[in-house]
Amino acid sequence: MTLIHTLAVENLTLGYGDRTVIEGLDLVVPAGRITAIVGANACGKSTLLRSMSRLLVPRAGQVLLDGKQVHRMPAKELARTLGLLPQSPIAPEGITVADLVGRGRNPHQRMFSRWSAEDDEAVAAALDATDTASLADRSVDELSGGQRQRVWIAMALAQQTDLLLLDEPTTFLDVSHQVEVLDLLTDLNHSRGTTIVMVLHDLNLAARYADHLIALADGRVHAVGAPHEVLTEETVQAVFGLSSRVLLDPTSGRPMMLPIGRHNVSVPV
Amino acid sequence: MTLERSVADAPLLSTAQVVARGRVRRTARRRWVIAVLAALIVLGYIVSLLVGQTFYSPAEVIGVILGQDVPGASFTVGRLRLPRATLAVLAGLCFGMGGVTFQTMLRNPLASPDIIGISSGASAAAAFAIVTLSISGTAVSVLAIGAGLGVALLIYALSFKSGVLGTRLILIGIGIAAMLDSLTAYVLSRAAMWDLQEATRWLTGNLNGVSWAQTVPVLIALVVLAPVLLGQSRNLSMSQLGDDTASALGVRVERSRLILIIAAVGLIAFATAAAGPIAFVAFLAGPIAARIVGPGVSLLVPAALVGALLVLVGDFLGQFAFGTRMPVGVITGVLGAPYLIYLIIRTNRAGGSL
Repeated sequence: MTLIHTLAVENLTLGYGDRTVIEGLDLVVPAGRITAIVGANACGKSTLLRSMSRLLVPRAGQVLLDGKQVHRMPAKELARTLGLLPQSPIAPEGITVADLVGRGRNPHQRMFSRWSAEDDEAVAAALDATDTASLADRSVDELSGGQRQRVWIAMALAQQTDLLLLDEPTTFLDVSHQVEVLDLLTDLNHSRGTTIVMVLHDLNLAARYADHLIALADGRVHAVGAPHEVLTEETVQAVFGLSSRVLLDPTSGRPMMLPIGRHNVSVPV
Repeated sequence: MTLERSVADAPLLSTAQVVARGRVRRTARRRWVIAVLAALIVLGYIVSLLVGQTFYSPAEVIGVILGQDVPGASFTVGRLRLPRATLAVLAGLCFGMGGVTFQTMLRNPLASPDIIGISSGASAAAAFAIVTLSISGTAVSVLAIGAGLGVALLIYALSFKSGVLGTRLILIGIGIAAMLDSLTAYVLSRAAMWDLQEATRWLTGNLNGVSWAQTVPVLIALVVLAPVLLGQSRNLSMSQLGDDTASALGVRVERSRLILIIAAVGLIAFATAAAGPIAFVAFLAGPIAARIVGPGVSLLVPAALVGALLVLVGDFLGQFAFGTRMPVGVITGVLGAPYLIYLIIRTNRAGGSL
C-alpha cells in the first residue's frame, strides 16, 4: 500500500428530509493517519461518515477522493479504495465467519467471475490480522460481541482498501474489547499505512488512539487538530455543554477528560 | 490411524486452505441439493404424465411427445397432462424464485410476494381482465404485471420512511393483500356465470383445464427474467448485509433493488396470470430451500426447484389423493398456513430472516 490517497470535504451540506444536519463543512483527512470524529449525539458525525462513503448524496458541496467526487465514481472502483463499517451491520442468519469476511471481496469480483485463489488469500490474511482464523468455520451468531466486531473489521480488511471509515466501532463492547479493537486498528495503520477515520463516543479513547481529532458541534467543525489542541476544557464545554477537567494522561502523555456533574465533586472548580 | 493422521494434518492447513475448504463445502452441498431436487422434479413430472384415471405406458407417452397419434393418450396426455404438468413446474419455478428474491432482499421470510399483496394484485387484475373484460392471452399477463408492479410500488411508497423498511412494509402489504383479495371475490361474484374451478383459480390457484396457450407465456417469462435475477445473484446476497454495508462494498443498492423487484414481480405475475396465486408457494419455497442448502449460498435456484416440486406434488395430490379433485392451491395452502403461524411466533421472539 504505497499509494497515498487524499480524502477531503468541501463546503458540504447534508440533511434528511427537512432537517439539515451538516452545513457548509470543510475538512481534510490526513493520509496515513488515524482520525477520530467526536461530538454530541445527533451532531452529524455518522451522517458525515455516511456521506464520505457515498451513502448519502450531498445537498451542496462535495466529497473528494484524490480530487474526484466520490458520488460520481463507479461504485466498485470507490469500494476498492474506501471501505466503511456501518454502526450496526447485519449478519445473515447462520453465516460462517469465513463466508462473511469473504463478502468483503465483492468489489474485486465481476458479475459472474469465479472465486479466485487471490480472494482466498485476502480472506485468510484478514482473518489472521484480526486473530479470527480459529473462528473461520464458526457461525457468526455464536460469537461474543468482541469477536463479532473483529470479524466485521476482518470483512472490511478483506476489501483491501487504503482508507477505512468506521462508525462507532467500539459501541456495545466492554472496555477491554474497546481497547482491543482500537489496538487492532492502530496495528493496521502502522503496518499497512491504512488511513483510518472513525466516529468515537469516548473522548478519552479518541484522544489516546487518534493522531487527529475533529470535534463537531451543530453540523460544523468546532475544533480540529492534534488531541492536545482539541481536547480542552473549552471544547468540551462548547461541544457537549459539559464542565470538565482535562489532565495529562500519565500513561500516554495525551490529554484526558474528567466530566464534572452536579454530584460528588469535592474539589471546587 | 486415521484419527492420528487427521490430528497431524490439522496444523498444516494454512488459513487460506481452511477458507477454501469451507467455501468448497458450502458450494458442494448446494450443488448436491440442486441435483437431487432436479431429479425429483423429473421423476414427479414423469409420474404426472403416466399416472391418472387411466395409466399410460412410457412408450405411449413418449409417442405422444414425439407427435404420434396414440388413441386416447393423444388427448389425455397431450392436451391435459402435458400442459398441466409443464405449467406446474414452470409456475413453481417462477413462484419459488420470485418469492425468495423478495424474502432475501427484504431480509424477512414474511416479505414474500404472496403475503404482501403482489400476487393478490396480479390475481385481481387477471380475474378482472378474464372474467369481467373477457380478455385472454398476453394482454392478461401484461395487466397482471402492471398490477403487481403497481402494488409493489404502492407498498414501497407507503412503508418507506427515511429508508427504513421491514415490519412496516409487511403489515401494509398484508392489509393491501386483504383489500385486493376482496376485490377478486367481488369481481367473481359480479360475473354472470362463473364456475367454481375458475373462481378457485383466482382465489387460491388452480391448474385444472390448463392449455398450452396459458403455459407458453410463463415459459417465455422464465427464460427472459430468470437470467436477470441470476445476474443479480451476488448483489442479492450482498443486500443481506444491510443497505449501508452492501453499498460500502460496491453494490449500487437502489439500482439493483429496482432490477430485482421488476424481474421478481414479472415472474410472479406471469405465473399468477396462468395458474392463479397458488397459495404460499412463493412463501414456502425460500425457507425450505434455506433449511436444505444451509447458510451463505445463493438460494435462487434451490428455491425455484423447491417451488416447482411443491406445485407438482401439490397438484398431483390434489387430483388423486382425496376422493374429490382439489385445486393445487388448497393443498399448498394447508401446508403453508401452519408455517406462517410458526414464523410469526418465531419472528416475535427473535428477528426473523431466511
